[in-house]
Amino acid sequence: MPQNLTLNVNGQAHRISVDDPKMPLLYALRDDLGLGNPRFGCGLGQCGACTVHVDGQAIRSCTIPVSLVANREITTLSGLGTAEKPHPLQTAWIAEQVNQCGYCINGWIMTGAELLARNPHPAEQEVRDALSGLICRCGTHNAAVKAVLRASKA
Amino acid sequence: MRERDLNQLDRRSFLTAAGAFVVALATPTEWAEAAQFDSAAAAGVRPDRLSSYISIDRGGTVTAYYGKIDGGQGLETSVAQLVAEEIDVPWDRVRVVMSDTAQCVNMGGSTAGNGLRQGGIILRQTAAEARRLLIGLASEKLGVPASELTVTDGVVHFVSDPSKRVSYGELIGARPLDAPVEYHGEAQRLTVKVRAPLKKPEEFRVIGKPYPRRDLPGKVFGTLQQVTDVKLPNMAHARMIRPPVAGAVPLTVDQKSISDIPGTQVVWIRDFLAVVAEKEWNAVKAAQRLKVTWSESHPGFPGHEKLFDHIRNAPVVARSSDSNVRAAGASQERNEGDIEEAFRRAAFVLEGEYEYPTMSHASMGPACAVADVRDDGATVYTSTQKPFDCQLGIAELLEFPPEKVRAIWMFGTGGYARDAQGDATADAALLSKHLKRPVRVQYMRFESLAWDPKGTASVSRNRAGFDAQGKVIAYENITKSFSMEDCNTRERHPQDTLAGMALGHPLNWRAAFGTPGNNYQFDNAHWGWELIAPLMDRSSPLRTTHLRDPFGPPLMFGSEAFVDEMAVHAKSDPIEFRLKYISEPRDRELLAAAAKQYGWDSRPSPTTAQPGTVATGRGFAYRTLGGTLIALIAEVRVNRDSGVVEIPRIVVAHDCGLIVNSETIRHVIDRQIIWQTSRTMIEELRFDDKMVQSVDWLSYPVVMMPGVPRSVEIVTIDRPDQPASGAAEMACGPLPAAISNAVFDATGVRLRRIPFTPERVRAALARGPEQAVKASL
Ligand code: FES
Ligand code: FES
Repeated sequence: MPQNLTLNVNGQAHRISVDDPKMPLLYALRDDLGLGNPRFGCGLGQCGACTVHVDGQAIRSCTIPVSLVANREITTLSGLGTAEKPHPLQTAWIAEQVNQCGYCINGWIMTGAELLARNPHPAEQEVRDALSGLICRCGTHNAAVKAVLRASKA
Repeated sequence: MRERDLNQLDRRSFLTAAGAFVVALATPTEWAEAAQFDSAAAAGVRPDRLSSYISIDRGGTVTAYYGKIDGGQGLETSVAQLVAEEIDVPWDRVRVVMSDTAQCVNMGGSTAGNGLRQGGIILRQTAAEARRLLIGLASEKLGVPASELTVTDGVVHFVSDPSKRVSYGELIGARPLDAPVEYHGEAQRLTVKVRAPLKKPEEFRVIGKPYPRRDLPGKVFGTLQQVTDVKLPNMAHARMIRPPVAGAVPLTVDQKSISDIPGTQVVWIRDFLAVVAEKEWNAVKAAQRLKVTWSESHPGFPGHEKLFDHIRNAPVVARSSDSNVRAAGASQERNEGDIEEAFRRAAFVLEGEYEYPTMSHASMGPACAVADVRDDGATVYTSTQKPFDCQLGIAELLEFPPEKVRAIWMFGTGGYARDAQGDATADAALLSKHLKRPVRVQYMRFESLAWDPKGTASVSRNRAGFDAQGKVIAYENITKSFSMEDCNTRERHPQDTLAGMALGHPLNWRAAFGTPGNNYQFDNAHWGWELIAPLMDRSSPLRTTHLRDPFGPPLMFGSEAFVDEMAVHAKSDPIEFRLKYISEPRDRELLAAAAKQYGWDSRPSPTTAQPGTVATGRGFAYRTLGGTLIALIAEVRVNRDSGVVEIPRIVVAHDCGLIVNSETIRHVIDRQIIWQTSRTMIEELRFDDKMVQSVDWLSYPVVMMPGVPRSVEIVTIDRPDQPASGAAEMACGPLPAAISNAVFDATGVRLRRIPFTPERVRAALARGPEQAVKASL
């Protein structure tokens, strides 16, 4: 039975109809809402490419069922900030020229932003620990640490 | 055009629509030549036309058509710099169109880090030629000799009086004009010849400057449309179905097993099996749930643990010395003097073997492509590194003439070299043709690891003969391996893809391998390779192809670790030992630069015995590739109890000729070091006799934050008078040996098999130092 849900994404409410309440949030965001930015990396919660914020918490959208996040506040990378109104971490990310391919970027920025929200001035090791569950196949790890530290000083 | 308009018009109408007109001509003869060219314009992009490389619109915006790609290494940015420099417009007025087969000349896609060395130089030259022609026009218009004119920001003016001026836009006016260009070769061997000279280094204003990467804001703000994000009207989502055992083919398919999942459909053509759905999640679910019975298959793989014995024992099917291999230009063999005679004379012979495992590309995202096949032609959106070859392969697969297929390259799911992007593109094309609607395919994580074409495993055999004074008089380096091309690096034919093989095309094997790059001069030396047969004759999950820096790590691990062994035997400092056999000034300067940055003190390895659990050491390695030179120093901390090797510090000295962008070059080197750290310390594809067992990030672990080198120090040597020889992959090559050499320096124990996992390091330490020196016969 198709079921209607409300997803609040980047400050906007969307009504969607899902035929499987266990469908991971990632597919609702990409397929139903047409939001390209959270990405499919593994579908197993192992890499972070699909990370979004749910009520301010960094969550891997490839494993959380869409029905569990109905009516909660979801933020994706494109909702975190824009070129006109960037999040400080996005500004720092560009200043440090972190990425190569950029396919991993949602995990790193959204996890880093969550860290800064709860700990605005982390020590380097705290940054490394917070980012330790993420994969980047282009080797941007140290650059990402620098970007988070730069944003924390901004 | 980073945020692409997918409904973009074809190149010609696109140019007109954008108000773009190609460069005008200078002399009457050139006008006449141009007239002929005009009629050819409709034929599309041709390598003998300036407009195929550079165009300028009335507003003064320059467009460069780059027939290569940017995998995220900053090529788009650097190419814009080269063009802006030569044509004299501000950097942000140069737009770069990358590898759309309908808009760009085939420059061979990305290969061997030659994005600037080949493609970049073509656009630099044609930009210079465009400037020359524009000055010629201005000279007619202003009535002064060209020599009295110069250009600033797209405005031609008197050298002596900048107020006497005319802009590029005004010069071009409304005339769509063009000029002939002399060209030679094609694809990755394409070169052009133009009359305009290139600027001299002292004239550079844009080249060498740290312009920010153009692709990054779109990535950082989540607005860049990548290949994964293409959405076409009526597009279906597909997932491929792969057999549980390599070589098995579907016998029966139970469509009812997915009948409760809305909007799903099975596509089964010979051995090609997929599910499609209206919604992506339903395709994923259907692929997981579809019941298939498979044929029996006994691939008899040796398994990753016994793989090196298999390589040692398997018969050789091709060698670097074979005449057909040499004729095909795939040899890279090097010979000096007479090694057998020299080995007979040697007072000592030292031998050493090294093992490099099978690796997956293990790209960040599984490959993805979208295809829209109509009755009269096809468009594919792809992230393959070779879009022009992909165009040919798709045309053959679909039985279209090549010009009916347009391949549009887009940023994709990460990945370097020949990963699975071309396979996904062929899958999407076949499905779209069958279903008569656009189809998007993305692989699953297990497919990306288990079914991508692999980087080959190899065994490196080395021996060196010393005379009584300790001088090296004979040297041999042989890598025994699978070919690097069980599967072609260009998807130019159906058999180069999984889809083609599922339709019955046999594996397109070719004997291809390489030798390590360096400038050692030994009086008698042989560098070569031996290949064994592929493990399966068709769509094997272990089929090999190019993995990033294919001639790097697998070859250099053995060769550069063995040179370190040679230095140990000679009781010589490893850098000084190398310098005895290197005379090239650039190489010598590079080694010195690395040593200086590190603060290297001259002494042989290993260092003096270090009591306690943790031992510290340093290791050196160096390589050359395509004109680029890299020297690396790795510092390690080896925990003897746990076997964990930490890498607190890496020093890279890097000489790639002209540096086009002083920042992007540092980033690309820094990120490569971490990439190759993963491949040196952690990565190894696991498989048993039937199938690959590495199916996710737990069974194919890769480096994460705790394992990365904390400090990567980069010394770049800029040579503005030399060509830009590339930096995209060359720093990977020497890293495994540098780390192995550092572990030896710390502990006196040599690591001979990649990856250096804690278990392997513990086992090697437990075995203790080896007696590697053999008396000669
Ligand atoms: S795609 Fe969600 S964690 Fe990898
Ligand atoms: S930048 Fe490519 S995976 Fe992180």
